[in-house]
Amino acid sequence: MSASEDIWILGIHMTKFGKHPDLDTVDLGAEAIRGALADGGVTMADMGVVAAGNLMGGGGIGQQLQKQVGQTGVPVYNVSNACATGATALRTAIMAVKAGECDMGLAVGVEKLAGAGLLGGGGKPRADGKVYEPSGRFGAVAPTDGRIGTNTMPGVFAQVGMEYGHRYGGTSFELFARISEKNHAHSTLNPLAAYSKAMSLEQIMNDVMIAYPNTRPMCSANCDGAAAAVVTNGATLKTLSLEQQRRAIKVSASVLTSDPWQEACQVLPDVNTLTRNAATQAYEQAGVGPEDLDLVELHDCFATAELVHYDNLGLCEEGGAVDFFGSGAPWRDGSKPVNVSGGLQSKGHPISATGIANIWEVCQHLRDECGDRQIPDAKVGLAHVIGLGSACGVHILERAAA
Amino acid sequence: MSERVPLVDYLVLDDPPHLVAKQCTQCGARYFDRRNACASCFAEEFDSVPIDNDGVLRSFTIVAHAGPGIEVPFVAGVVDCGGTSVRGNVINVEPDAEHVSLGMPVRLATYSLGVDDNGTEAIGFGYEPVDGEPTEPGRA
Repeated sequence: MSASEDIWILGIHMTKFGKHPDLDTVDLGAEAIRGALADGGVTMADMGVVAAGNLMGGGGIGQQLQKQVGQTGVPVYNVSNACATGATALRTAIMAVKAGECDMGLAVGVEKLAGAGLLGGGGKPRADGKVYEPSGRFGAVAPTDGRIGTNTMPGVFAQVGMEYGHRYGGTSFELFARISEKNHAHSTLNPLAAYSKAMSLEQIMNDVMIAYPNTRPMCSANCDGAAAAVVTNGATLKTLSLEQQRRAIKVSASVLTSDPWQEACQVLPDVNTLTRNAATQAYEQAGVGPEDLDLVELHDCFATAELVHYDNLGLCEEGGAVDFFGSGAPWRDGSKPVNVSGGLQSKGHPISATGIANIWEVCQHLRDECGDRQIPDAKVGLAHVIGLGSACGVHILERAAA
Repeated sequence: MSERVPLVDYLVLDDPPHLVAKQCTQCGARYFDRRNACASCFAEEFDSVPIDNDGVLRSFTIVAHAGPGIEVPFVAGVVDCGGTSVRGNVINVEPDAEHVSLGMPVRLATYSLGVDDNGTEAIGFGYEPVDGEPTEPGRA
């Protein structure tokens, strides 16, 4: 790839994750956008495209945000891809810049999710009809959630982790709880995390059971938050100040995949194949391997999910995720730090913001601007998200050459 | 005599009751829902094939928190029925980690959901444990 085709993150920002009762979706998104523009030393006038994601609001978030931070008439793409929505927005802005339609693009993801409760479980009271009549694609005469498996996210992802245990052995309730213990410990160094208290293994295992083996602290934390990024191409970056060039982060790979058909993929979502495909493509694009990564932010929507992605992202040998975790590698002082932000379980998971916030985390380490939780001398990092359905985003990021 | 209807159209209330799948005539991919085409090979023709009633529990969770009106706890799982994966609850078992295990042999069982205003009874299905050696992890 020539320098002019390179894609760079010029500015990036995430809001504090947590409860923001006094800020609405637009306030949070606007804060993220203005932060990212200021970080990059640019304004809305420089943006040739806006890609925006939000799932729980009323729609048209991109235009709503423009109306607060700058209506310049550029195209807006409102995107929706479940938990991969933020990464999809970023990918959309990158594609526009790569295609040469503009020199700079803005991506934003925002969600108000504090107090949202259990996701995926319907939300409507079950109303068994007084007359059994088949309806829907399964010809069901009554609701099937709870009768034929579960639709709740903690239950779906519990099965993802348990299935790994069935294939390779070595998993246990305690193992999954230890993964959560790591991420809660990591979050104590992250002032932007929704939860930043360490939790002992006993506290985690004795907390409220949601869907075995996932207790409440082993589930992603519903919270409010937003993140935004400004991307540009290499030729444009060269026209900017030395300071802007120094702080810019190279996007060495930007990949989005969906799940290819596999036996059972329409029975239990297959979050493995599309992640493996995305990782393979990303490593090839970037010309780096998992051994080159200084840190990884992966989609630990549940403790049971983090385990399988060690394997899917190639951080360990196939089938070796339990041993990989047991070696201490994914702790922040280990050989392959994973989720030093605290991850979704502790930093929090405002759905559409997550796929840009994880990139912010990696960028801050690569810029050596991550304060107390800085991974020393970080040069290459990977950010991964999964949106059930499914969509997988993998980005590999590299520090600018000094 | 009152009528009986299955909870879903892929449960056949014969003796014994069993599930049927739609199998792509071109590539053999199996589905339980109404199809527009095959997601694997894009063909449009399907045969109806019976699914083994016996299987092995490939994954499970014990759901303690669910949507409104759903009784908890219950065991949700994926059962490998002779190479075809089936989604279903594990029933007729204590819903705890001592009584449910990965690789456990299970068999299809049915139960009544109740009757509607016309006296029609709805029949659901799940998988109950059967005696036998569990499949060892790593050999699934």
